[in-house]
Amino acid sequence: MILTELVVDPSEFERGTGWALKPEGACKGEVCVPLPDSARAADGRIDVQVVADRLGMPIVTDAKRGLYALGPETALTGRALTTAVASELELPDADGRPFRLSSLRGKKVVLLAWSSW
Amino acid sequence: MHPKGVEIVTVALDVDPDQARPFIEAAAPDHPSLIDSAHVLDERFGMVNVPNAVWIDEDGMIVRPAEPASPGPNPANESFREIDLDSVPPDIREILVEARKIRSEPERYVEMLHDWVERGSDSPYAHTPDEVIARSQPRSAAEATAAAEFDLGQHLHRTGDHPGAIEHWREAHRLYPENWTYKRQAWNFEDPIRQGHTDAYEGSWFEDVKQIGAENYYPPLVP
Repeated sequence: MILTELVVDPSEFERGTGWALKPEGACKGEVCVPLPDSARAADGRIDVQVVADRLGMPIVTDAKRGLYALGPETALTGRALTTAVASELELPDADGRPFRLSSLRGKKVVLLAWSSW
Repeated sequence: MHPKGVEIVTVALDVDPDQARPFIEAAAPDHPSLIDSAHVLDERFGMVNVPNAVWIDEDGMIVRPAEPASPGPNPANESFREIDLDSVPPDIREILVEARKIRSEPERYVEMLHDWVERGSDSPYAHTPDEVIARSQPRSAAEATAAAEFDLGQHLHRTGDHPGAIEHWREAHRLYPENWTYKRQAWNFEDPIRQGHTDAYEGSWFEDVKQIGAENYYPPLVP
């Protein structure tokens, strides 16, 4: 997830990482990680460094360009998947129309990644 | 090809949608065919090469994590075998000879898919959540940092700073050398035909694949 500052709106954080901020803490599927009070600013935005620290998410800084990249979590399973619950994914089709993975709930799905390269 | 009773969703992991679009238009698929220019999918599901697939059941549970997959023969692999080696220059010939060692098991994969369609959670090929997590790629600080570096690279490329992309993609390769997606996507911009050695990167498709042997390019299917 690309950021220009290390505070972010919770819904944007969820879209970018798959982690939702709830009263129990940061949650993904059935997994919830408690967060300290310092995780949330007074305006409700998230202190990315606090949450990243708890979830073991690396932050890469490109100081020259004023950008940060927040990597995926490592603190829980040590695997690419923290949960077997498929998180929501919204991607465009070739005409730019958005498609949500959750629209296929109730069907068996094979998500097949390919590339032109 | 793939059985009825399952929705195939194809996702092009292409930073540049213009590269994927012609293939999609030529195929004119009747299934959802998406473009993931930010490479969100590979980060979310832990894909390290293409083609790779994930199975998700009716309740939105992943029952098979990312693995090499093709619900039918992979046209790329077939084309390696069909090209007459005497008709190509020596550097391409040596790449093809190595590429022919790439292994895949499309028939077995399709069998497994049929079984899951018929038997659902009773299929031995649909796994429990703990098993699914355990079967997904390892991810420690190096792999997660590589994902962040790759992310910065795709962002910079898409906002017109290709040299910036190269800087970060080099780091992604250094931190996660087993991730073919990061390498192939990056090399593609410098040398689409051979993905050969350029000043931009340390490796190349042929050099890097030879190091492990193309028979290990895709791990074997573990039903």
